[in-house]
Amino acid sequence: MLIHISSPHMHGGNSIRITMLTVMIALLPATIVSVYLFGWLAVLHLCLCIGACMGSEWLALRLMGRPTTPVLDGSAALTGLFIALILPAAAPWWIALLGSIFAIILGKQVYGGIGYNPFNPALSARIILLISFPLMMTTWVVPMHLGGSALNLYDFNTSLQIFIHGIQSIPGHLDAMSMATPLGHVKTAATQGIPVIDALKSYDYNLLDAFLGSEAGSMGETSALALLIGGIYLLARHTITWHIPFSYLITVAVLALIFSSIDPNQYAPPLFHLLAGGLMLCAFFMATDPVSSPVTPLGQIVFGVGCGVLTWCIRTWGGYPEGAMFAVVLMNMAVPLIDHYCRPRPYGRKT
Amino acid sequence: MSDSSLFQSLMHSLGLGHSDFNGGIHPPMHKITAAQASEVSPMPPVLIVPLKQHIGEACIPLVQIGDHVYRGQKIARADAYVTASIHAPTSGKVVKIEDHRIPHPSGMGLPCMFIEPDGHDTIDPACLPIVNWRENDPDLLRERIRQSGIVGLGGAAFPTFIKLLRDRHHPVHTVILNGIECEPYLTNDHRLMLENTRQVIEGMQILMHVVQAQKAIIAIEDNKPDAAEAINACLSKQRLDLTVEVRLMPTRYPQGSEKQLIESLTGKQIPAGKLPLHVGVLCQNIGTTKAVYDAIAEGIPLTERMVTVSGDAVPKPKNLRVRIGTPMRFVFAQCGLEDFDDIQILHGGPMMGEKLRSADIPIVKSSTGILAMHTATMQSVHKHEDPCIRCGHCSIVCPIHLVPNLLADHCRNNQFDKAEDYHLFDCIECGCCSYVCPSNIPLVHYFRYGKGQLAQLTRERRFADESKARSEQRERRIERENADKAARRQRVRAETKPVLDGKNSTENDGDAS
Repeated sequence: MLIHISSPHMHGGNSIRITMLTVMIALLPATIVSVYLFGWLAVLHLCLCIGACMGSEWLALRLMGRPTTPVLDGSAALTGLFIALILPAAAPWWIALLGSIFAIILGKQVYGGIGYNPFNPALSARIILLISFPLMMTTWVVPMHLGGSALNLYDFNTSLQIFIHGIQSIPGHLDAMSMATPLGHVKTAATQGIPVIDALKSYDYNLLDAFLGSEAGSMGETSALALLIGGIYLLARHTITWHIPFSYLITVAVLALIFSSIDPNQYAPPLFHLLAGGLMLCAFFMATDPVSSPVTPLGQIVFGVGCGVLTWCIRTWGGYPEGAMFAVVLMNMAVPLIDHYCRPRPYGRKT
Repeated sequence: MSDSSLFQSLMHSLGLGHSDFNGGIHPPMHKITAAQASEVSPMPPVLIVPLKQHIGEACIPLVQIGDHVYRGQKIARADAYVTASIHAPTSGKVVKIEDHRIPHPSGMGLPCMFIEPDGHDTIDPACLPIVNWRENDPDLLRERIRQSGIVGLGGAAFPTFIKLLRDRHHPVHTVILNGIECEPYLTNDHRLMLENTRQVIEGMQILMHVVQAQKAIIAIEDNKPDAAEAINACLSKQRLDLTVEVRLMPTRYPQGSEKQLIESLTGKQIPAGKLPLHVGVLCQNIGTTKAVYDAIAEGIPLTERMVTVSGDAVPKPKNLRVRIGTPMRFVFAQCGLEDFDDIQILHGGPMMGEKLRSADIPIVKSSTGILAMHTATMQSVHKHEDPCIRCGHCSIVCPIHLVPNLLADHCRNNQFDKAEDYHLFDCIECGCCSYVCPSNIPLVHYFRYGKGQLAQLTRERRFADESKARSEQRERRIERENADKAARRQRVRAETKPVLDGKNSTENDGDAS
């Protein structure tokens, strides 16, 4: 076995499993916040998504006659964790299950498994779900600690009932249990011609809530703070580099700043954009997914700027209130091209 | 990966923060032999001296079987330009010249001269020191260095005199002594700086005189502060009138690579395909500098070198001064290792060294160290290869700024034109990319494969081109000869048979076609 080995004869000890585990640890704050906000519903989704992803991976590998050890490398579990965090809490179980199967089989294994998927599996699953089941994917249950919630999600039976039969099965007005996300609210207002400032006022929007996560949204996306902690952890562990998240966030902020200072009635301010929706999760966790992002530093900056421009454009002018997932998946397509043209200048060479 | 890579890459992107190279890693150093004084290895029963120990052409033996040789006597030379002659490591009798394994991962053999020491270790009377080298012509000193068979002792074994050539358009202003020794385990340069400080500094002065440099920098990694102290003390005692600077460099692999060290010290990159002298610099390893001193000031050609004997399977690791040609088995025996079951031998450091197939291989000029590792240790490093997850760590640590994962893809898929486009031949095979790879991809292995295949392709292409040129030349020659013949015939006919012009010309046309 050791006959044909070539130097180096030392290794730093990093592995795919350690990388995936690091990302999962970084997602811990966001996961805890999701359980705090959405109680048992979050726990049920987490268990189902992680289990379904690992199960689909095992099944796909078995069907292809490949070794099934990659099931335990952590990548499928991480995809499951991602899917749980980007689902609305009120989504029924079969949405989560379908999403997990989509992500692993159509998003990853059909391309050849880990390392070969051109798109982020979790995000492509979310897009498939959003387009296929628009109502269920945009019904946002009121987080637990916001006063006046008609539902007790800390009660296992209530959560289980929503999980199995959907939020419609709970007696009472849907309006009392659900609310719009800030992005959704602003988008609806814009279609009715209401200025952004008035729309935010009527939503009772404040930046601190958005930063801490006291608002409606996908289970793991609401708290910018929790995601920021995770992102900084990933940066400190060198699992990701600053290039993608910084260029992504700065691009969104700069675009929002320019346009909102031109016309504050029509365009939302930069901080609103930064803290809203899936931007933080996408910038630190999804866009930085190693497999589907560029490898060269310059390429990563180009990729981040592209994600930022697309996110802001879709949010502002597109049909959907949130554009981060579309932006990242669209930019994923451009990765081979970006990698080809953004190669670093080798030592001692001019071009 | 570098601890400060976030900050560093930020600074680098902003165009700030020079005086360091980009990339690199921090492997565990395992410098277990650093604090231990070196020992002189005893003479083995037989020395096996390979006739090619350098980059370039092999040598032709100058002595016969049965001849008596002195230490330092030239026993093989080559007429090629890039070469270095071989000298007898001790006095004794040449017993045979035959193929023997040399330090090469393939286990291949090359002609070696077997010398039985006579125990007297008599130095060749023809070996005379150049005591007043300061008054001597640099060209004469360089010729002596060439005749002494000195090659780069840091592992590359590139003939030293070639680096000392003076170029009117590129005067060398700075001599850099490379005391970095960034490979884990290796401490032979460290010990030389501590134990032979004076010789190393005089060697440096000789080098400065040869290339007429005004300035010298001695670069030492900051994990060897004692070496820097020793050199500073020696410098202040000698009160040199030259500008010599001792620079402590941050410990980071591959700081000791010539290109990276020059970038760290001067902020300049050597243009691709050019030599350090194109940026006005000469870079020499500590061991080489000591060898230059020995050759000039003592008159002894390169016959001995410092070798680090270490590794987790060596009971008593140490630095040994070993004669070239000493079998490794004999050297390991000095360090308490005699049983080679379940043990792998590395020639050089663990990052760039090659795995050998046997211990019955001689020490050569490029043997910086020999390491014996347990097979289990090596197996835990060389694990099963997983698919690339494109994490980009290899690009971050690459000191040449290549994109190793894409480059390896092209090599693996035999897309060699693309590999060349991704600058495959710029790779210095430092191994940083493989070291950080979470998927255990043997990237350097793919690069070596690609380089080998490309070299083969280039050879074949050149051969085909040459054959084509030869055949075209032949056709042209035949054509010319035919034309000549026809012209001659016409002339002869015109002279002898001056009749019927029209008939003659039609015949000639037929001949020439």
